[in-house]
Amino acid sequence: MTTPLLKVRGLKIGATVYPPGEKPHDIEIVHGVDFDVEAGKVLGLIGESGAGKSTIGLASMAYGRGGVKLTAGSVEVNGRDVLKAPLKDIRKLRGAEVTYVSQSAAASFNPAKQIMEQVIEASVGQGKFSKAKAQARAVELFTKLGLPDPDTIGNRYPHQVSGGQLQRCMTALALCPEPDLVVFDEPTTALDVTTQIDVLKAIKDAIRDTGVAALYITHDLAVVAQVSDHIMVLRHGEKVEYGTTDQIINTPQEEYTKALVSVRSIEHEEKQPTEPVLRVENITARYKGTNFDVLHDVSVDISPGQTLAVVGESGSGKSTLARVITGLLPPTAGKITFAGRTLSPDLPSRSIEDMRELQMIYQMADTAMNPRQTVGTIIGRPLEFYFGLKGAEKQKRIQELLDEIELGQGFQDRYPAELSGGQKQRVCIARALAAKPKLIICDEVTSALDPLVADGILKLLLDLQRIEDVAYLFITHDLATVRAISDSIAVMYQGKVQRYGTKSEVLTPPFDDYTDLLLSSVPEMKLGWLEDVIANRKMESAGN
Amino acid sequence: MHPILKLVAERLALGVLLLFAASALIFGLTEILPGDAAQAILGQSATPESLANLREEMGLNRPAVTRYVEWLGGIVTGDMGVALTNKLPIGEQIARRMSSTLFLAFWAAIISVPLAILLGLIAVRFQNRWPDKLISGITLASISLPEFMIAYILVFFFAVKLFWAPSFASVSPGMPLLDQLHAISLPVAVLTMVVLAHMMRMTRAAILNVMQSAYIETAELKGLTTFKVIYRHAFPNAIAPIVNVVMINLAYLVVGVVVVEVVFAYPGMGQYLVDAVVKRDVPVVLACGVIFAAVYIILNIVADVVSILANPRLRHPK
Repeated sequence: MTTPLLKVRGLKIGATVYPPGEKPHDIEIVHGVDFDVEAGKVLGLIGESGAGKSTIGLASMAYGRGGVKLTAGSVEVNGRDVLKAPLKDIRKLRGAEVTYVSQSAAASFNPAKQIMEQVIEASVGQGKFSKAKAQARAVELFTKLGLPDPDTIGNRYPHQVSGGQLQRCMTALALCPEPDLVVFDEPTTALDVTTQIDVLKAIKDAIRDTGVAALYITHDLAVVAQVSDHIMVLRHGEKVEYGTTDQIINTPQEEYTKALVSVRSIEHEEKQPTEPVLRVENITARYKGTNFDVLHDVSVDISPGQTLAVVGESGSGKSTLARVITGLLPPTAGKITFAGRTLSPDLPSRSIEDMRELQMIYQMADTAMNPRQTVGTIIGRPLEFYFGLKGAEKQKRIQELLDEIELGQGFQDRYPAELSGGQKQRVCIARALAAKPKLIICDEVTSALDPLVADGILKLLLDLQRIEDVAYLFITHDLATVRAISDSIAVMYQGKVQRYGTKSEVLTPPFDDYTDLLLSSVPEMKLGWLEDVIANRKMESAGN
Repeated sequence: MHPILKLVAERLALGVLLLFAASALIFGLTEILPGDAAQAILGQSATPESLANLREEMGLNRPAVTRYVEWLGGIVTGDMGVALTNKLPIGEQIARRMSSTLFLAFWAAIISVPLAILLGLIAVRFQNRWPDKLISGITLASISLPEFMIAYILVFFFAVKLFWAPSFASVSPGMPLLDQLHAISLPVAVLTMVVLAHMMRMTRAAILNVMQSAYIETAELKGLTTFKVIYRHAFPNAIAPIVNVVMINLAYLVVGVVVVEVVFAYPGMGQYLVDAVVKRDVPVVLACGVIFAAVYIILNIVADVVSILANPRLRHPK
């Protein structure tokens, strides 16, 4: 048997943590992991956030992010243990033998330098190629990755190309020095679903054509199923299961893997529309100081106690619609009727009652809460403000709300920093519920969460809808979420409602071209899906 | 029009506007001061009649606005008026004084700016280790001591004890450059120490801020050495805040050198202004005030323009 390209044995990784109100101490985040990557093969690392997948990926370059320390074990690249190598040798390895593609190319490119300079920097700096040779290779890679104007795109600055293009440039950057191993760290997660599919295909073809080995890190099993030969499932810094992609997808052994494979198991029966609680009619809106409309003639209805999912790519106008409904952006034309009364276009002239009955939950629970206030204060504020509750009465109601969101005793006195991502989002839900609203606008509320946690939040939202009879306007780019919870759907594209109706109407063919593109772009947990879908497309995805 | 040209033009127009506002403010403030030029010339023993006559003669009885417009008109056309005390044209005086001050400021800047940035880079490279702490300690100590204190300490050691440099910075026009530099070595050293800490600490803070960015990790994962990561990837993105502080300090080197000039008896703008204030020579005070304001405004415009040029999003729009 040949020596594997990357051989990891007993890898333990630690970090120093600084919890609020406690002394800093060391914890272990990866507890002894073993795996191999053969030359030219792709290993998928999959798990939730905190599973240690990025940390393990970076360990193959002997790199610890922030205060992360590689404490024990061995990481052999081409037969040499990089954990014991001196820094000088590690630098020769980085950017030459092993390279890295990060989640956000937009943040990972230096904004002050041209793309070409950054793409060839490692190849030239490590003495692999001359500048001219490296540039020629970069152009070749740009072409292979399907970038427009491959000869000149390198002269642009990072802000001058789109997110999907920049992610391909990052892949070119990683492949340019002809490395033996590339670490892909969630390379398509930040992209729109229709863009993701093209970038994924480009990466897959590039891996195949160059014969490079890869570690492919993601939380999305359906994505990793398309590119990897083997998959390792990680949880809490430990290996849960390891097998070929086929084994993991089709015959998972461990409970956790099964849960990951069958995620989004929510069954939600669609309700028929009734007299709407919110009626949005012919809304057109633009931002101040711009000369184009972000929303064109948008009309949707939401029935009481039901969910309207607004779905679309970034820039399609879905969040702008939320801003118009909440009064943050007065529309230039159109009318909004809420609970039988016409809402005034701008927030300051709305009544307290209007505000109470229309609440919002945001994508980033972190930034939507004051970090210096306890959970009790955060939830208690709307109780005071809208209902004038005080003292024991308020405390009782806070506890009721905490019970409703399935957080028990003792959470009242905690600070947001002491909660997990899912718990934070639950507190935000409780805060919205505290006002006893008729409608809650949920703006990408599960996008920042891991699939299993997101699932829990969606179940909670559906339960609460049954109990409180509250309607949701659910903004999302994730079609699986849409299928799971909606009663009706509005598909938005370039500021217009492309398709609108009950869930079954919208999701039943025949589709318009855009809806077809959107629906078919959602990764499915099926081998060979990527190739099928690319072959059967009717429309090119925009803006990538 | 290219957006950069527009932004730069806006800054320049704003600068001119500011300069007018500053001139009005300075003029207004000297108006508020008790006594006027006539009083200053005639002294305590002046009779009311002679004062009135002199005011009539100098035109001081006319409304302040008229005099302001006249004065401003003079300044715009390059005529700064005549000093009350010695009847010499202020323009010539200031030209000579200003060149002395700029000479001193130039050499202080040539030394302090690169030194501050280099020390800042070193402090980042060895963050929280002894070189960083040593650099921070020394520069903070030197900024914490009053300028005259540093000046006298330097004079004591280098002029009185070691005889390395003169304690009076007397420079005459015919001197060879090297002798001139020798003469001003101590004031330059003092000024350098005074402005170093501010610039060095801003360089350190601005670069450390940039070092948190994801693209720094990318650079490290390319196998670059730490110093290359700092100057190739971090420094270009930290230029704007650094330039701002550098410009403020350069302005200080021109405008704030009064104490140092007095200590070393150096014939620059600072001395000139102090003399004029003591002698109530209002036209000279006004002229110096406007020039100092202009220096501040011009250097800040330069800082703004450099910040704009350093931003690739403005330099290369989509």
